[in-house]
Amino acid sequence: MLIRKPSDTASSEITPESTYLNRRKFLAGAAVAGAAAIAGRAAIELASPSLVARAEMKLNVTVKSPFSTTEEENSLEDITHYNNFYEFSTDKYGPAKLAQAMPTRPWKVVVDGEVLKPKTFDIDDLIKLAPMEERIYRHRCVEGWSIVVPWNGYSLSVLINQVQPTSKAKFVQFITLDDPKFMPGLRYPVLDWPYSEGLRMDEAMHPLTLLCFGLYGSELPKQDGAPVRTVVPWKYGFKSCKSIVHIKFHKDQPPTSWNLAAPSEYGFYSNVNPNVDHPRWSQATERRLGEFLKRKTLLFNGYDQVASLYTGMDLKKNF
Amino acid sequence: MNAGRAVRYSKPLVFLSCMAPVALLAWSFANNRLGADPIAEITHTTGDWTLRFLCITLAVTPLRRLARLPWLIRYRRMLGLFAFFYGTLHLTTYVWFDQFFDWHAMVKDVYKRPFITAGFTAFLLMVPLAVTSTAGMIRRLGGRRWQALHRLVYASAVIGVIHYLWLVKADRRIPLRYAAIVGVLLGCRALFALLDRMRGTVAIRDSAEGPL
Repeated sequence: MLIRKPSDTASSEITPESTYLNRRKFLAGAAVAGAAAIAGRAAIELASPSLVARAEMKLNVTVKSPFSTTEEENSLEDITHYNNFYEFSTDKYGPAKLAQAMPTRPWKVVVDGEVLKPKTFDIDDLIKLAPMEERIYRHRCVEGWSIVVPWNGYSLSVLINQVQPTSKAKFVQFITLDDPKFMPGLRYPVLDWPYSEGLRMDEAMHPLTLLCFGLYGSELPKQDGAPVRTVVPWKYGFKSCKSIVHIKFHKDQPPTSWNLAAPSEYGFYSNVNPNVDHPRWSQATERRLGEFLKRKTLLFNGYDQVASLYTGMDLKKNF
Repeated sequence: MNAGRAVRYSKPLVFLSCMAPVALLAWSFANNRLGADPIAEITHTTGDWTLRFLCITLAVTPLRRLARLPWLIRYRRMLGLFAFFYGTLHLTTYVWFDQFFDWHAMVKDVYKRPFITAGFTAFLLMVPLAVTSTAGMIRRLGGRRWQALHRLVYASAVIGVIHYLWLVKADRRIPLRYAAIVGVLLGCRALFALLDRMRGTVAIRDSAEGPL
């Protein structure tokens, strides 16, 4: 893997400008479509730009990943106020408010199952397991929108190698915190709680698969899955698991929440694929947040390097 | 002041109140207050208000009878037309902002996606009602036929709720709430019809109140 030298610019310094750029792009689209109120919108945006103060601790980000896209990042405002985090609310604007009461210290992550060295990590030790990278990934939601996020973390493989999976380990399961005291959404059985996701071993070991602790150079905002989550950029967003408390290695495919909720709609793989529609809507296009017109969705969300993981597999059957 | 005059004077106020949701939406759009995905927000808001106005319109008849407020009928046309108005905005958002006039994709969508098929059907069912909402049309059709035609609104509301139920990912609480409301409103009618038959009386026809 190519490791670049750390740059002088801290990733946290690159944020707020993108807010302008996104809005401008949106406005350009609106102008093409002949929508009204453009002048007023632009004027207000110039008068009071949407800056967001951050409460999270800064991370020591030392590596700029070559996996990063050069596409423009979405603003912190977009990333922190458009969240599918059903443990708090099924309303995308809900978690920004409702997640703030969740304590993220102390926080333990149990890693066990088919491994030689099961271990319970304290979050502050887990963060230091490898140099903190910046990875700017495209993130495609199964609902048909997408966002570009400058995540901070390191390859999940680092953690996996530490615990030494046995030869029987074929799958990894991730489990989200399940604490009704701080997660009001758990009161309703919208999904079979706790939230559970899984990956095949080779998917989990792929260098793109990120164990993520932050974004934009600071620790994760709570609504984005603090203090630790996974990011699997070639799969639909729900395959990434937020606020992880348990990582378990299995011989067999573990149960996963959305697959249990609707097996015909959400497969175990759930790779981004414009040719395999959701039974109820098309996956051919997506709306990048901040843009006016939809864009074409790319196979594996444009991460072609994972194609070899699925050689010989019928992706329509294994959706 | 008698009820007739009160209705006449209050109508502009009711009209303005019914415009409030779309005014708020336009203001929020202009002031960049619609969140990260403004188009999704516009789609959801206009869809919600279509169903709300359908429910409000369907509530007129039961309320008139149960609360003995016969003059309520005189707002019904306006309320129904607002359901059509928000439905039109909802469909326009889909055609313009979501699909960007990609007719081929839309025809495929209507054909392939049950929730789009349902939504589109619910809208189409409102079209003849809006077209025949004028006094002239009521006269031309005759009260009885006009009333029979306007029972299509029941189907539109039911299919509109199905459209909502079919599109949500997992949390069906809100569409089920609409289903319950529409169920009660239609159930009232069934009950009234039954009571009237048992009493051997003829139901008071809405059209008997005059072409409103």
